[in-house]
Amino acid sequence: MAEMTYAAAGAAALSETMEADRTVWALGEDLGRGGVFGQYAGLEARFGAERIVSTPISEAAIMGVGVGAAMTGTRPVVEMRFADFALCATDELINQAAKARFMFGGQTRVPLTVRMPVGMWRSSAAQHSQSLEALYTHIPGLVVMMPATPADNHAMLKAAILSDDPVVYLEHKNLWPLSGEVPDDAAPYRIGTAGVARQGSDLTIVTWSATLHDILAAAGRAAQAGVADIEVLDLRTLWPWDKACVLQSVRRTGRLLIAHEAVVVGGFGAEVAATVAEELHSDLKAPVRRIGAPKLPIGYAPTLENEIRLGPDRLDAAIARMMS
Amino acid sequence: MARTPQTRTTRSRRTPAKSAAKSTASKQPDVSKEELLELYREMLLIRRFEEKAGQMYGMGLIGGFCHLYIGQEAVVVGIQAALTGNDKVITSYRDHGHMLACGMESNGVMAELTGRAGGYSKGKGGSMHMFSRQKNFYGGHGIVGAQVPLGTGLAFAEKYKGSDALSVAYFGDGSANQGQVYEAFNMAALWKLPVIYVIENNQYAMGTSVARSSAQPELAKRGESFGIPGVQVDGMDVLAVKAAAEEAVAYVRGGKGPMILEMKTYRYRGHSMSDPAKYRSKEEVNKMRAERDPIERVRQMLLEKLNATEDELKAIDRDVKAIVSDAAEFAQNSPEPDASELYTDVLVEA
Repeated sequence: MAEMTYAAAGAAALSETMEADRTVWALGEDLGRGGVFGQYAGLEARFGAERIVSTPISEAAIMGVGVGAAMTGTRPVVEMRFADFALCATDELINQAAKARFMFGGQTRVPLTVRMPVGMWRSSAAQHSQSLEALYTHIPGLVVMMPATPADNHAMLKAAILSDDPVVYLEHKNLWPLSGEVPDDAAPYRIGTAGVARQGSDLTIVTWSATLHDILAAAGRAAQAGVADIEVLDLRTLWPWDKACVLQSVRRTGRLLIAHEAVVVGGFGAEVAATVAEELHSDLKAPVRRIGAPKLPIGYAPTLENEIRLGPDRLDAAIARMMS
Repeated sequence: MARTPQTRTTRSRRTPAKSAAKSTASKQPDVSKEELLELYREMLLIRRFEEKAGQMYGMGLIGGFCHLYIGQEAVVVGIQAALTGNDKVITSYRDHGHMLACGMESNGVMAELTGRAGGYSKGKGGSMHMFSRQKNFYGGHGIVGAQVPLGTGLAFAEKYKGSDALSVAYFGDGSANQGQVYEAFNMAALWKLPVIYVIENNQYAMGTSVARSSAQPELAKRGESFGIPGVQVDGMDVLAVKAAAEEAVAYVRGGKGPMILEMKTYRYRGHSMSDPAKYRSKEEVNKMRAERDPIERVRQMLLEKLNATEDELKAIDRDVKAIVSDAAEFAQNSPEPDASELYTDVLVEA
């Protein structure tokens, strides 16, 4: 067992994978200085600039070089710095990486991990704060993963790098300093599995990424106030998502709330809600509901940014409504 | 300190002169008869294959988009003649000629055009999307210019693995105006990656001429600010192409970084089968065919300078026609893919 931050857990996962497999390498802007958030700290000194490659500010070509190198038997980890910047490289990701295996009849694979930090983080404003997971879950041919804890960032990043699929790996910027136990002997993470973060019997809340921590706090308050005994599921992988885990939980509790930081309209919560509504209609004691950001650009001033956030008041009200 | 070669345009030797076919034919070619016969055969195979594909498209046997390579045959045949089997190749959607020149089977290519299970991509890719790991062909790609960073990545991986293979990224004059091409140029030059950028300047980016779309129409110069040397080559002359490619291969394999070869070529057909090419005159096309045709040039050279006989050439014509006709038959008889094929090769994880 080691106590480490979410950022250090990511660095450790990459470091251990690079140690074990020389075909693993990383490229992106400023990696040599440890990445924007320290998630590559110490790696250049350890593995050299040939394997921890600092690139020009050229997102499309960074992604393209990663895709090409993945097709020829290496396992690149591509760093985009901000999910917002990765939009410059979506052609190479969506049109090339996601489709190569299929459109070439299975003759090539693209074992590529694309790290795109997401989320609101200290007034970063409209172009450095977005949670864009739904964009990628919509695309056939991509795996989408969103770790919420240091232990998961360690296990899930390793699984992403070892996967033969292109993985969009979305870390949350607000979680970088979060500290937690990272077990040395954890079982390998199986892509597509959710985690039960809290057991409960009255209401299932499905969430992911940083919102998990807000939900766990809200569930604690609800328990203390005697409002509800809440089961919290951390989806962890959004595609392919763990339908079985969600369905068995909602079958038991009869109530489902989905909470995410991203815009509610067209968010991945809609997919979870529709699936549960279709499969479990007669088991439901309340309508399935979603909670997330309004369909607005993220404001800079803390008052504006907080208006987008799922604060305790909004969460408590949503939970109370589910139980009424 | 060694200087990188500057961009040059050797008009006398490599760029289209008015009667280049005649001027080449006037001197003794520096090539054996056997080698030139082989280059002739490869170019003719592409020409006949593409003519058949065009015909089958007209008959409704091929769907979607289909971009023919007719007129440009000398480019890929000349370049491929300078490569070794380990070198990687990637190109755009005008890819049939590249696949044949890489040694991929015409049956598999044609069957992909007809969308059959026997096609290289099992009917899932079509004209624009085929691949062969065995032949080191890394795909036809449908987004203009997107293959250029990928080809740069192929080169990165070869250097990373310590192999001496290089990568050839083919793209057109249209791609040359895409931004990601320049991001890739910068990286390739910065990291001295073993990549040859072959710009197939066929004069028209879809329906817009180079003159109308390019502030710097001499595309060989497009790498200058990155220190990437560029050479303009007569892309209608397979021997000039091969000679330029050999120089580029020596330079790039020598660890000096990327190089640009601008091939001045011409496509006889429209951008795709659905393009009637009304943006240029019939006279322009006919003149090009009559005076600059890459296959006719080699044919004349074989007959006049290398003592080839009409019978020898006819035997090659017959052989090529048979290959293409077999491919057409295979492509029409190969079964359609089962609908279940759609659900395979998407993700390993789900």
